[in-house]
Amino acid sequence: MTILQERTQAADETANPPMRRNASITPYLFLVPYFVLFAGFMLLPAIYGLWISLHDWDYLLPGKPFVGLDNYQALFDPASAVFDFFWQSMQATGIFTVASVPLLLVVPLAVALLINRKFPGRTFFRAVYFAPYVLGVAVIGVLWRFLLDPNLGAVNAVLGTTTPWTTDLPWAWISLVGVTVWWTLGFNAVIYLAGLQDIPRELYEAARIDGGGKWAEFRHVTLPGLRPVLLFVVINTVLNSANMFGQAYLITQGAPGVETRTAIMYIAQTGLRDFKMGSAAAMSYLLTIALLLISLIIFRLFRTKD
Amino acid sequence: MNPYLTRRGALGLGAGAGTAILLSACGDSGPNEKVTGGGPNAAPAATAYTGPNVSLAFWNGFTGGDGAFMKTLIDQFNTEHQNIKVSMNVYQWADYYQKVPAAVSSGNGPDLGIMHVDSVATNAARGVILPLDDLAASLSLTEDDFSPPVWQAGVYNQKRYGIPLDVHPLGLFYNKTVMEKAGLDPEKPPATADEYLTALDKLKSAGVQGSWATPFQFTGSMWFHSLLWQFGGDLFDAGAQKATFAQDPGVQALTWYTDLVRKGYSPRNVAQDADLVALRNGKNALNWNGIWTINTLSEDKNLQWGAAPVPQIGTQKAVWAGSHQFVQFKQRSQDDNKLTAGKVFINWISQKSLEWAKGGQVPARKDVRESAEFKALPAQAALAQQIDYVHYPPSVPGIGDALNTVVTAVNESVLLRKEPAKALSDAAAKADQILEQNRKKYGG
Repeated sequence: MTILQERTQAADETANPPMRRNASITPYLFLVPYFVLFAGFMLLPAIYGLWISLHDWDYLLPGKPFVGLDNYQALFDPASAVFDFFWQSMQATGIFTVASVPLLLVVPLAVALLINRKFPGRTFFRAVYFAPYVLGVAVIGVLWRFLLDPNLGAVNAVLGTTTPWTTDLPWAWISLVGVTVWWTLGFNAVIYLAGLQDIPRELYEAARIDGGGKWAEFRHVTLPGLRPVLLFVVINTVLNSANMFGQAYLITQGAPGVETRTAIMYIAQTGLRDFKMGSAAAMSYLLTIALLLISLIIFRLFRTKD
Repeated sequence: MNPYLTRRGALGLGAGAGTAILLSACGDSGPNEKVTGGGPNAAPAATAYTGPNVSLAFWNGFTGGDGAFMKTLIDQFNTEHQNIKVSMNVYQWADYYQKVPAAVSSGNGPDLGIMHVDSVATNAARGVILPLDDLAASLSLTEDDFSPPVWQAGVYNQKRYGIPLDVHPLGLFYNKTVMEKAGLDPEKPPATADEYLTALDKLKSAGVQGSWATPFQFTGSMWFHSLLWQFGGDLFDAGAQKATFAQDPGVQALTWYTDLVRKGYSPRNVAQDADLVALRNGKNALNWNGIWTINTLSEDKNLQWGAAPVPQIGTQKAVWAGSHQFVQFKQRSQDDNKLTAGKVFINWISQKSLEWAKGGQVPARKDVRESAEFKALPAQAALAQQIDYVHYPPSVPGIGDALNTVVTAVNESVLLRKEPAKALSDAAAKADQILEQNRKKYGG
C-alpha cells in the first residue's frame, strides 16, 4: 500500500501541476467573446436605460435634468399625465395575454398530436400550419386589417355580417387574439412535436398493456413527458403575448379609443413619438419587473408539480 | 426568432436613437447647442450657387401620389444646376419624424427636408432645424406673399424655421353619381348646415348613408378641428397654456359630428380610410377629406367626383389645414457650400409651386394661387378658396403630444363609447397636463 501510494503521488507531481494552472483560466477564455457580446449589447444598454429612466430625457435637448425616481413615481400618481394611459395600456396587455396564452398552449398541442401520427400528406400539413409563422408582423397586420375591415372587409362580406372586428369591443380583442393564434400556433406546434418525439415509445406500450385508454395515455404519459417543453412554451408564450405591439398597431391602431393600445405600444409612443425617453424607460422597467415576477411564478408552479 | 415584436425588438426600434444617444454622449455637444443666427433682420441669402460641386440629401414623407411630382421637379432642378445634385429619400411620415432627429443627432442627418407645420416648432426647440430668415429675405418673401395663417405658422420664438411650400386643407369630396341618384344636383354640393342635412336626408331616403363619420385621426380629428373653429372655439388659449377645445363650441362640434352616426347618416364603426373607399364604391356621398385625396380619386377614371370647400356648419367659416414647409437640418459641422446650395434649391422649388400644385396641393404663394394656370386645376382651385380661413395648431413645441388627446376624444365619441362632452373634458384635462410637462421640458 505504501509503495502504491508513493507511485501514485509521484505520477501526480510529475504530470498534473501544469495542467492545473492551464485549466484554471481556459473556460473563462472561451467565455470571453460571448461575455463581450452580452455585456456590450445587453448589460450596458440595460444599465444605461436605468440611467435614462432617472432623468427627464430627450436626447436632442441639451438639458436632461436628473429627476430621481420621479418617472417611476408618476406611474403610481393618479394625478400625473401618464398614470391613466400607462395602466390602461398595462390592462390591455393583460387582457391580450390572458386571452391568447391559453389558446396558444392548447391549440398547438392539438395540432401537434394530430400531426404526430403517421398518415399520407403529413409533411404537407406540417408545412401548412407552420407557414404563417414565416411572415413578418407587418405583412400579417396589413393583411388582416383589410380582411377584417368592418365596412369593406372580406370576412364580413363572406359571413354576411357587419361585425366591427377592429373598432369595437369585444371584437377588437377577438380579432387580435385570433390573428395572433393563427399566425404563431405553428411555432408552438413544432416545439410540441419535438417534445412528443422525445417521449419513449415504450411508455405508451406499457400504458397500453396496463389497459389504459387514450385519455389515460395523454394524461399520464404525454403530459408528464412534455413537462420540460411545456415550461419553455408557457414562459415563451407569456412573454411574447405581453410584448404584443405590431398587431394592435397595424390592425386596430389601439382603437376603440385606446382600449387595445398595449404597454409596448404606449412605451414606443412615449419614447419615440413624444420623445419622453425617461418616462418610457421607467415604464419599460416596470413591465420588466412584472414579467420577471410572472416568470418566477410559472417556474415555481412547474417545480411544485415535480 | 420571436413571432411578435418583443421588448428587444421594440427597443430595437430605438436602435438609431440609442446609437444617437451614445454618439451624442461621447462626442461634443454639437447638434445640441442652441441654434444661433436667424431673426427678422438676417441678411439675404444667395440666390445662385457658384461654389464647388455639392450633393444634397433631401428627405421627406411624400409616399403618396405627390412623391412622383416632387421627383420630377428634382430631376429638372438637377439638370438646370450642374454643380448641385439633390437626391430624394422618402419615408412614411410617422417614421420620418423619428428617423430625422436621430439622424441629425448622430451627425448623419440629411441636408434638406419637409416638415408639417405643426412639427416645425418642436424640431426648432430641439435643435434639429436651422432658422431660414435669410432665405425668406433673399426670396423677398413677406406676409403679403402668403395668406397670414400660412406665413405665421413657420415662426417659433420670432425666428422663421420653415418656408411654406403648400397648404393642404380639408375639403368636401362628393360622388356625383350617388348624389344624382338621390335626386340631388351633382353640380351643387351643400355649402351650409341646412343644405348639408337636407342632402343627407334625401340620401337616406334613397338608402344611402351619405356622410361616413370616421373616428380616426385621418380625417375625423381634422373634421372636428374644422367644426370647432366654425363654432367659434379654438384648441388652446393664447400661448397654449390651457386646452379650450372642451368648452361649448367643442361640445357643439363633436356632438354635431357624432350625430352623423346616431342619426344614421353614417355607419357606426367606420374603419380608417373606409369612408374614402366607400365614396369610390358609391356607398358614400359626402366626404370631408384632405386635399391629398385628389390624387387618389383622379386615378379612378370611371368615378364622377367633385371637390368643394367644406360646408359652413357653425357660425363662421373655418377649415383645418396642414402645410408642408421646407427646412434645413443642423449638421454636426456646418458646410456653408451645402447651406447656400440648399437655399438655392428651396428658392427654386418655391417658384415652381404650380408644378407641385398639380400633384394635389394648394400653392402657398399667393401669386401662384392667383395665376390662370392654377385656376385651371378645378379641384385644387376649389379648395384654395378656403385659404384665408385655414387654421393650424399653435407654433408651440410638443403641441402634437397634446393634440393626440383630441384624436382619442374624437375616437371615443364617434364610436359611441363616451358622450362628446365627457370625451372632450377627459381629453382637455390630459392635454393640460401634457402642456405643463412640455413647458418644463422646452422652457416655453
